[in-house]
Amino acid sequence: MTSTTIADDTRVLHHPKTWVGKYVWSQDHKVIALQYSVTAVAIGLVALVLSDLMRLQLGFPGALKFITPSAYLQFVTMHGMIMVIYLLTALLLGGFGNYLIPLMIGARDMVFPFVNMLSYWVYLLAVLVLVASFFAPGGPTGAGWTLYPPQSILEGTPGRHWGIILMLASLAIFVVAFTMGGLNYVTTVLQARTRGMTLMRMPCSVWGIFVAAILGLLAFPALFVAAVMMMLDHVVGTSFFMPSLVSMGQQTKFNGGSPLLFQHLFWFFGHPEVYIVALPAFGIVSDLISTHARKNIFGYRMMVWAIVVIGVLSLFVWAHHMYVSGMNPYFGFFFASSTLVIAVPTAIKVYNWLLTLWRGDIHLRAPMLFAIGFIFTFIHGGLTGLFLGNVSVDVPLSDTFFVVGHFHMVMGVSPILVIFGAIYHWYPKITGRMWHAGLAHIHFWITFLGVYAIYLPMHYLGFLGVPRRYYALGQTAFIPHSAQVANEFITVAALIVGAAQLVFFYNMIWSYFKGPKADSNPWGATTLEWQTPQTPPAHGNWGPKLPVVYRWAYDYSVPGAPQDFIPQNVPPDGVARHHAT
Amino acid sequence: MAIAIAIVALVLLSIAFQLLTPWWQTPLASNWKSIDTALDVTMWVCGLVFVALNIFLAYSIYRYRHRRGHRAHYDPESVALERRLTIWTAVGIAALLAPGLLAWKQFVTVPKDALVFEAVGQQWQWSFRFPGKDGVLGTVNSRQVSADNPFGLNPDDPFGRDDILVEGSEVHLPLGRPVKALLRSKDVTHDFFVPQIRAKMDLVPGMVTYFWFTPTRTGTFDILCAELCGVGHYTMRGAVAIDQEPAFETWLSQQPTYSQLIAESTPASQ
Repeated sequence: MTSTTIADDTRVLHHPKTWVGKYVWSQDHKVIALQYSVTAVAIGLVALVLSDLMRLQLGFPGALKFITPSAYLQFVTMHGMIMVIYLLTALLLGGFGNYLIPLMIGARDMVFPFVNMLSYWVYLLAVLVLVASFFAPGGPTGAGWTLYPPQSILEGTPGRHWGIILMLASLAIFVVAFTMGGLNYVTTVLQARTRGMTLMRMPCSVWGIFVAAILGLLAFPALFVAAVMMMLDHVVGTSFFMPSLVSMGQQTKFNGGSPLLFQHLFWFFGHPEVYIVALPAFGIVSDLISTHARKNIFGYRMMVWAIVVIGVLSLFVWAHHMYVSGMNPYFGFFFASSTLVIAVPTAIKVYNWLLTLWRGDIHLRAPMLFAIGFIFTFIHGGLTGLFLGNVSVDVPLSDTFFVVGHFHMVMGVSPILVIFGAIYHWYPKITGRMWHAGLAHIHFWITFLGVYAIYLPMHYLGFLGVPRRYYALGQTAFIPHSAQVANEFITVAALIVGAAQLVFFYNMIWSYFKGPKADSNPWGATTLEWQTPQTPPAHGNWGPKLPVVYRWAYDYSVPGAPQDFIPQNVPPDGVARHHAT
Repeated sequence: MAIAIAIVALVLLSIAFQLLTPWWQTPLASNWKSIDTALDVTMWVCGLVFVALNIFLAYSIYRYRHRRGHRAHYDPESVALERRLTIWTAVGIAALLAPGLLAWKQFVTVPKDALVFEAVGQQWQWSFRFPGKDGVLGTVNSRQVSADNPFGLNPDDPFGRDDILVEGSEVHLPLGRPVKALLRSKDVTHDFFVPQIRAKMDLVPGMVTYFWFTPTRTGTFDILCAELCGVGHYTMRGAVAIDQEPAFETWLSQQPTYSQLIAESTPASQ
């Protein structure tokens, strides 16, 4: 009599029987991943359009009559919040996390598929509430994505009646969705790895997503309580963040609250948030580089420990966003030191990416081009971070265009280049079809060169002292006319880069229907998701038997092996090798 | 291949941009040379690292691009190399941090003899207050703020009577003397930013913040608000005029005191 181990028992998966069960109320991590991704990209497109509208105002002030000072601030705010939370966080964790974790660790699904499904639908609700604020009386909030009180809930800031309420509600709902997803990702990584998949054999992608999910579970509650407290200040009239003050000449009834308390809560979330976005990107780009350079990731153990150390340190640096906030200036010594210490493990990651390319066999396909683009933009953005982290150097640069240039390079452009690379990399597995290589190259070149044209000059405007979040520069003695020329140039570049994304969408959609059929493992990758019996993987991922893992994720170009890669589920073959895991 | 060339080209372009840029720090007008020095050190160190890493990146791509028959090296890790890189990076970081923290030590150490003045922010204008002959700023309370008492001075506090109130958006300060700016906001957060002075600080309602500087050249400089404070944020301008000491004293003596303002407004209101 044959028996089936629990791990191989596929009856517990509840295969969906209807179209709705399969594609709408789906509990399959791959479908949920696509739902997350499509929603995130759709709302991200709104944010992209908003950024081009902002740039039009800055480059050609007053040319578009509907961009009033209020509208401008609303665009700034919604662009920032959507990009950071609703696009990057949702896409990297809800999208890539969902798709990759079970496939890469050899699981059939997330450990809590129903909660996983709820996570998506609650996220969608958060997005809808956010979108609703565009249609609310007074429009969305224009308080800046940092939402600093008191101004975010006082007269003089756009959307101060309904926009801010919907924003806070949406954030609180998002945190609920994230928590359901995050608990799932962490538990799945810890509990559902297939036989042989030790922690130190996991691909870097899983490590990055895993640590980011833990960080999110620790950091998002701070945002949640901040949102609830501000909501109470605004709706009920409490004074958590509101000192006694005079608004537009009128005395208010607020008394005794602290605006700095909000800033601490916000950045206690906000700085780890940078790494919630960056760590999955670090992990994914490691795998892209390794696969397309046909070489193991250099210093895997160091790469894993660097992710963990960065994750831990990121909880101790938040007040570097507040050097000139009026907090006790002596804090600057601590936070400058902790911030610059983070540069060490981060630099190690950069070195190891470079050393992975060194003596590799580099195939310059679209995913690799985006990965290389990432290395370049991340080196740039990482180094400018040393200016801003180093307390006294930050003082003249804070709240100038230098900051805008820095954080867009490091946490906007860099993760997005990785996301593009990752989409091109996994597209054949997800859809079973191959994209058009020529269009992918066009997309890469315009995007990569374009973003540098946008952000490099911004740093120099920042050195000059041009402040950010200004609707217009007006007559300012120290700002020469050439700064306006720079703004025009940046705007033109931004419009071109924005339009070039149409090439990407066209390629993705056209290839989905008309692209050539893809092999199950077109890149010759070692990790488990490329070893599924079907492409795209079926529900349950692995057919009747789970894969067993015998080796780390990076057996590329092993001397003596017939092929230049050995998948993780290939048993030992007696080829002598020396590596850590 | 094209990407290797592109990276080298971008590096060269960045160097050229750095050398030829028309946009760089405004000429310094305060004692904060140490901030500029820390920034310059950072620029040099980061610039060299930027060039070195990217040239290595471009060379690796060129040298190890895929060719028929070429196979990658099997090279899992090198503990010795990684340790060396870690240590040298840590040394470099420490070299950046040191001038930064030294400048910060100065930043938080306000000279005892500094001239005190107060900058008050409200949506979307600046006003200023000097302590008057007694050298002490009178107490204020936001509950006292009204059209007749825009600074919210406590009418019962004798120290406030001789406070000099500047309701225009231009303030004068003497050359060559350390000044401590006390910052106060009546409504939302603002930021007192004069690019030529380098130092800046937020104004936060409910608390008094501060920073200090010594003006080192005469002239009139824009004050910009550098913390988003609502739709009028970009219009919230002021000016600092740095005068020789006698000219400053003359200007100061022409500004009204709180007692004078009360005396003027009382008959009118009765």
